[in-house]
Amino acid sequence: MTNSIAEIENNDALFVIGSNTTECHPIVALRMKKAARKGAKLIIADPRRIPLVKFATLWLRHRPGTDVALMNSIMHVILAEGLEDKNFIDSRTEGFEEFRKAIAQFTPEYGEKITGVPAADIVKAARTYAGAKNAGIYYTMGITQHSMGTNNVWSVANMALLTGNLGKESAGVNPLRGQNNVQGASDMACAPAVLPGYQKVADEAVRKKFEAVWGGALPAEPGLTATEMTDAIIGGRIKGLYIMGENPVISDPHMAHTLKALKKLDFLVVQDIFMTETAELADVVLPASSFAEKDGTFTNTERRVQRVRKAVDSPGDAKDDLSIIRAVAARAGYDLGPASAADVFREISALWPAMAGMTYRRLDSGGLQWPCPTDDHPGTPYLFKDVFPRGKGAFSPIPYIESKELPDEAYPFVLTTGRILFQYHTGTMTRRSDALEAVAPEPFIEISREDARRLGIADAGMLSVSSRRGSLQVKAMVTDRVAPGVVFMPFHYHEAAANVLTNDALDPVCKIPEAKVCAVRIEKTAEVAAGV
Amino acid sequence: MSKEILVNVCMGTGGIAAGGVEVMEAFKAGFADAGMDASVEKHCAVHQVGCRGFCARDVLVDVAIDGNRATYQYIKPDMVPRIIEEHVKGGAPIAEWMVGDDYHSFHDRQVKVVLSDCGRINPEDIDEYISVDGYKAAARVLNEMSPADTVEAVKKSGLRGRGGAGFPTGVKWGFCAANKSDRKYIICNADEGDPGAFMDRSVIEGNPHAVIEGMTIGAYAIGADTGYVYIRAEYPLAVERLKKALADARAHGFLGQDIHGSGFNFDIKIKLGAGAFVCGEETALIASIEGERGMPRAKPPFPANKGLWGKPTVINNVETLANLPYIFRRGPEWFASLGSEKSKGTKVFALTGKIKNTGLIEVPMGIPLKEIIYDIGGGIEGDRLFKAVQTGGPSGGCITAEHIDLPVDYENLVKIGSMMGSGGMVVLDETDCMVNIAKFFLEFTQAESCGKCVPCRIGTKRLLEILTRITEGNGRPGDIELLLSLANDVKDASLCGLGMSAPNPVLSTIRYFRHEYEAHIHDKRCPAAVCRALITFMILDDKCKGCGVCLRACPAGAITGEKKKPHSIDRAKCVKCGACFDVCKFKAVLKE
Amino acid sequence: MINLTIDGKTISVSDGATVLEAARAAGIEIPTLCHDPRLKPYGGCRLCIVEIAGVPRPVTSCTTPATDGMTVTTSSERLFNLRRTVVELLLSDHPNDCMVCERAGDCSLQELAYFYGLRENRFWGERRRYPKQDMNPVIKRDMEKCVLCGKCVRVCDEVQGVGAIDLAYRGFGAKVCPPFEKDLDCEFCGQCVSICPTGALSGRMWAGKGRQKDVKETETVCPYCGCGCVLTLHTAGNRVIRVSSKVDTPNEGWLCPKGRFGYEFINRPDRLTTPLVRREKGGALEPASWDEALDLVAARLGAIKDAHGPDALGGLASARCTNEENYAFQKFFRAGIGTNNVDHCARY
Repeated sequence: MTNSIAEIENNDALFVIGSNTTECHPIVALRMKKAARKGAKLIIADPRRIPLVKFATLWLRHRPGTDVALMNSIMHVILAEGLEDKNFIDSRTEGFEEFRKAIAQFTPEYGEKITGVPAADIVKAARTYAGAKNAGIYYTMGITQHSMGTNNVWSVANMALLTGNLGKESAGVNPLRGQNNVQGASDMACAPAVLPGYQKVADEAVRKKFEAVWGGALPAEPGLTATEMTDAIIGGRIKGLYIMGENPVISDPHMAHTLKALKKLDFLVVQDIFMTETAELADVVLPASSFAEKDGTFTNTERRVQRVRKAVDSPGDAKDDLSIIRAVAARAGYDLGPASAADVFREISALWPAMAGMTYRRLDSGGLQWPCPTDDHPGTPYLFKDVFPRGKGAFSPIPYIESKELPDEAYPFVLTTGRILFQYHTGTMTRRSDALEAVAPEPFIEISREDARRLGIADAGMLSVSSRRGSLQVKAMVTDRVAPGVVFMPFHYHEAAANVLTNDALDPVCKIPEAKVCAVRIEKTAEVAAGV
Repeated sequence: MSKEILVNVCMGTGGIAAGGVEVMEAFKAGFADAGMDASVEKHCAVHQVGCRGFCARDVLVDVAIDGNRATYQYIKPDMVPRIIEEHVKGGAPIAEWMVGDDYHSFHDRQVKVVLSDCGRINPEDIDEYISVDGYKAAARVLNEMSPADTVEAVKKSGLRGRGGAGFPTGVKWGFCAANKSDRKYIICNADEGDPGAFMDRSVIEGNPHAVIEGMTIGAYAIGADTGYVYIRAEYPLAVERLKKALADARAHGFLGQDIHGSGFNFDIKIKLGAGAFVCGEETALIASIEGERGMPRAKPPFPANKGLWGKPTVINNVETLANLPYIFRRGPEWFASLGSEKSKGTKVFALTGKIKNTGLIEVPMGIPLKEIIYDIGGGIEGDRLFKAVQTGGPSGGCITAEHIDLPVDYENLVKIGSMMGSGGMVVLDETDCMVNIAKFFLEFTQAESCGKCVPCRIGTKRLLEILTRITEGNGRPGDIELLLSLANDVKDASLCGLGMSAPNPVLSTIRYFRHEYEAHIHDKRCPAAVCRALITFMILDDKCKGCGVCLRACPAGAITGEKKKPHSIDRAKCVKCGACFDVCKFKAVLKE
Repeated sequence: MINLTIDGKTISVSDGATVLEAARAAGIEIPTLCHDPRLKPYGGCRLCIVEIAGVPRPVTSCTTPATDGMTVTTSSERLFNLRRTVVELLLSDHPNDCMVCERAGDCSLQELAYFYGLRENRFWGERRRYPKQDMNPVIKRDMEKCVLCGKCVRVCDEVQGVGAIDLAYRGFGAKVCPPFEKDLDCEFCGQCVSICPTGALSGRMWAGKGRQKDVKETETVCPYCGCGCVLTLHTAGNRVIRVSSKVDTPNEGWLCPKGRFGYEFINRPDRLTTPLVRREKGGALEPASWDEALDLVAARLGAIKDAHGPDALGGLASARCTNEENYAFQKFFRAGIGTNNVDHCARY
C-alpha cells in the first residue's frame, strides 16, 4: 500500500476493484465501512455482489477480465470532462500524451460493450472518483491474477496519476496483501531478480555490498519465478526443490500440472507444520514451528514491520524455520551467520536502508512502517510525498487484452475463484480450527438463479464442473452474488480444489497465473453418471 | 318552504364503539323510507362529527330543525324511526331521550378552544373546517408575518407543551429557529400512550385540519420543510382521517409547494408507531422514525439542536399544535387571558375512574379541582367518598381531598408531587387501595420500560416486586423505606422521562397514604378491602336472610347454610373472589 | 479549546469532548459499563453519572459534551449511592456464579461488585431465565449474564456493519438476540465477545481451558491475511487457549473470525513433530532423527548441485514465515547454493 490502513477512514472516495475486502481483509474493510459511514463515496468494481456492496455508493459489475476496459473508459470520461489534476500531471508525471491517445477510443459506450457496465455508471464512477478531494484505490488478486495482471496494475496507477491521488494522505494506490507476511517475503527478496530491499541482483555494486556481508560470490543472473520453476522441472532443468511453508498443490492453478512437476523431481524437501498435500510428495519432511512458537517480525500490507513473539514451545522435535535453515546450510557447508532472529534482523537493517532505523526495541510498541531510514525516523505512513523513486510518475498506455480462455460452446461459463471469510488459503490452518470448520465445512460453487433455473439446478445439488484441465464435483450454491454466465468457487478445499480447473496461463511480466478467469462446463452429477 | 334539517351523529371512536355507524345508517334509511325525496334531502343532511367529549352518553345525536337544536343521548338504531316520526316530521322532540341538566353542566363549565370545532364539523370535510375560518391563520402567518414574529407571538401567548412537562412552546421554537441547518423538521407527537388518555386521538379524529394548520405555522416559524406525525397504529380512525385531511390539504394548496401563495414549501408525512409507550419520549420517537428501536437517547444534545437525522427538530404534542390556529385567529393576548398566571389557555383532560360523567373535557388552566370533579364530573359514582385523583397517568401522582381546592396548573401539580402529564385524570374513591393503585401503574411502566438503562429496567421491576409483596401480605418492616430509597434513586439515575417519573405513583401514594402501606405491612390489612390476600369475607347473621344466592354463586363451595337461616363462609375454602359480596342484595356479606 | 473544572481541577479539552473524556484525560476515574471510546456514546448503564453545577439531576458524563466554564463533581455521597444502587440492581438480576464463569477475574461487573462491597443485596427478586440456548458453533451466548450495556449490538452495527443482533422485548424482559431468537448466524468476527463486559458472551472453545491464574499473555501478529492485526495469545502451559486483541493496536482491538477463533491448529495432535524421510523411492515417509534428515537434505542438494549446477535447484519460501526466516532462506539459496531460483507464493 502506498498509504496506511488508518488513513482509509478519511478517504473522500474509495475505488475498490478486484477485492472482496470484507472476507479477505476484514479489518481493512472495517475502515472502509467507517469511511462510508463518515460520508465517503464507495465505488466497487467487482463481477460479484460482494458483501461490501451493501455499503457502496456505486457498484460496477463488470465481466471478469475486463478491468482495463473499465478503468480506461472511466479515465476517458475524466479527461473528456476535464476532471484530471492538471497540476499534478504537469509537475509529477510523464508520458501523458501517449496515454491520452491510448484511451481515446474508450468512450463509456465502448466500455459498456466490453465490460457490461452501463455507460451512465461509468460516467458516475469517473465523476465520483475524480471529484473527490482524496480518493484511494484498493485492489487485490481480482486485479492481479490475470494473464494481463500487470496491465491491470498499470491501469490502476494511471487512475491515481491522472487525478493526483498519489503522494498524499488518505489516497493512493493500495494493493492489499493477502498473506500475513507476503510483503515481508518480498521485501526479504524471496524473489528471483532482487536482493533484500528490492536491490537488483543484476547490479554489481549491490552484489558487492551483499557479498561483503554474506561471503562468497552471488549469482548475477536473475533466477526463475515459482511458476517458471514448475515448467523448468517438467522441462528437466530443475531437479531439486526446497519448499518452506507452502502448499502449491492446492494453491497453484492447474493442479494436474503442479502434481506432474512435483512428482518428476529428483528430490523434494518440504518444511511445514502439517502434512500438507505437497508434503505428502516430499522425500524429506521437516517439522517446523507455527507463528505462535517463534520470535521474529512480519510486515503487513501497509509496510508495517511488527514483532512476532514466542508464546508456546513447538510440539515434539519441531523447530523454527530459521534454525532448520541454518542447520541445513551448516550441513551443506555454509555458515548462515547469526542464530537469533534479533541478530538476523540487525543484519537485514544494515543492508536495507529503508529498515535501517528499525530495531526490535523500537518495534515493541506498534511497529514501524518502512521506509524508516534512521534511528529517530517515525516511519512512513504514505509514500511518494514529493517524488517517486524513479523521479516522475510514468503513465502507461494500456490496451485492452482479453483473458486467455473465454467461454465457448463446450465450456460456456466463466469460473472465477477466491477466498471466503471463514477459510484461509489452502485450509492447512483454518480447516484444523473447529470453530471455523463448523461454520464453513464444505466447498461450493456459486451459480446465478437464472442459470440454475435454466439448467434445473437446485440449491445444494451436486454438480460436476469441468475445464480443459480437469473436473471435480461440488455442491451448488444458487445465489444472486454472481451474474448469469459467471460461477465462483473458493479454492480452500482439497476435496473440490478449484485449482484443478483454473488456467495456468501466465502474465508475461510478473508471471502471475490467471486464476481469476477460465472457462468451465457445468452438469448435474446425476446426468454425468447416467452418461446423458 | 321546506325545513332545514341537520342531524349530527357523534362518530369519534367512542361514538363508533357505541354504534354510531348503525345510527347514522338508520337515519339515512329512515329519511329515504319516509319519502323525503331528493328535493327535500338537500336540506336534510346527516353528518358525522368528531368527539364531543361526553363519551359516557354515546351515541349522542343532535337534531337541528331550522337551527333549533335538541341533543339526544344513548341513541340506538331502533330509536331512530321514532325520532324521525315524532321530532323531525311531527316537530315534537322526545324529552325522555334528551340529555338532561347534567349534560349541560358537563359542558357549561368547560371552555373549548382545542375542542371548539370537534363535534361540530365533519372532520372528513375540509370545506367545513374552512367554513369556520380554518387555514386562515396559517395563510396570514405565512403571508404577513416573519418567522421571528411568529415565534414571538407564540411566546407571548404563553402556550406551553401539552404533552406533559409544559415547556414553553415559543421558547422551544426559538431554540430551533436559531440553528442554521440545511434541513429542519417538525414532528407532531401523536403517540398517546397513557392508560385512559385519549385527547390527542379525539383531536385528530375530530379536527385533523387544526393539527395540520398548527404544524404548518410551526414549520414556518422554525424553517422546516418536512413534518412528521408520529401516530400509534392502534388509532386506525385517527390515521384514516389524518390521511384524508393531508390529501385534501394538499389538493387545496395548504400543503406542498408555495403554500397559500406565500412561497413557503412544507409537507407532512405520517409515521405509524407500534404502540411502545416509551416512543412518546421525544428522543425515542426520533429513533423510531429513523428506523431504529424506539429507545431514548441522552440529552443534551436536545432535538431542537440535533434531532431527527441529526437535524434541528421541534417536537410538539397534538394538543399543543391544535391550539395554534386558534391562537393566531384570535390573537396571543386572547389566549394569554385564559388560564392562570404561568399556565395559559385551556387543557383537555380525559376524565375517568369512579366518577359519574366520564369523558373528554376542556377547562381553563387554574380551574379548581373541585369544579372538575363535582360540577363537570357530576361527583363520585355511587356518591361514595372522594379519595384522590391521579393525574399525569403512570408518570404522575395523586391529589388528595386536602388539595381539592387546588387550582389545576403545571406549577401546582408539581408542587404537590404530581404532574400535568398528557391529561389523564383518574378519580379514586374510598374503595380504591392506594398501594394497589401504585402497583397498577408500576406494572405498566415496568412493562413499558425500553430496557436501555439499569435503574428503569431493573429498578421499576424491583419496586413492583416490593409493592406486590406488600399487597399480598408479605410486606416486611422497612419496605416503605426501601421503596422510598429505590424510588428516589430510580428517579435520579434514569435516562429518560419514563424512568424519571415512573416512581412518582409510589412516592406520591406513600406521601399521602403512608398509613395504608403501614396497614398492609404491619397489620396485614387492606383498608379499602381490595387486596385479596388481605381481606376476609364474612356473613353477618343479623342481615342474612338465608336466600341462598351467595351459596349458589360461590365457585369454591365455601358457603354453607340452611334455607332461611344465616349462612356462613368457610375461610379455609374461600378463594376471596368476592362473588358472594357482589350478589348479596341485603349487604349481609362483609368484606374487610 | 474548552476549559472546565472537574473535582476542582481546571482542565482543557478540545471542542466536542465529553465530560467523561475530559475527566479521563485528567486522570480522574469514573466507572463505566456501557462506554467504549470506539463506539457512539450510549448512556445506558448510568454509572458514569456526575453532578454539574446548575443542573438539578445527575447527568451521564459519557454523553454530556464539555462546555466552557462547566463545574463538574465526579464523586459525592449521592453519586456513590446512586452508582452502588445501579450495581446492586444489576447483581439482583445476575446468576452470580463467578465460581464457574469464564470471565471471573476479567469481568467489569465483578470488579464493580468488589469495589462497592456488595455481598448482600436489598433487591433480590426475580431473575431472568433463558432456557433456550443459542447453538451456533462459535460464540457462547449466556444471556442471563447480560447487563444490556448494548455494546455488542452497537459494535455489530457501528463497526462491523452487520447488525446480526439487537435488543428485543421491553422492560425487565428486554434481551439481546438475533432476529426471531434464532441461533446466531453472522460473520462470527467476535467483536461482540471482545467488548462484552461480563461472561454473557464468550468463545465456545474457551470453556474450561483456563481463566486468569497461570494464564500467560503474549503479544504477536496474526498469521492469516496481510492486515497485520496484533493478537494477544492467552496460553496455559503449552496450549493457546484464547486469542484477544488490545484496543491500543493498529487494528484497534478488532479481529476477524480467523484471527480470533482460528487458533486451534496450533495445538492440533496432527502437527508434524519429527522429521520424516522417504528412505526408498516409492516408499513411505518414515520418522527420522534430525541428524539423518538434515544429512540427507544436505547430501541430496549437494549431489544435484554437483551434477547439474546450482540452477538445477530451486527454493520456495513462504509468505507465512517471518522476515528473518525468509531472509535466511534466500541467503542460503543465493550465497550458500549459488542460485537466484528463489521465490514465494506472492502470486496466489
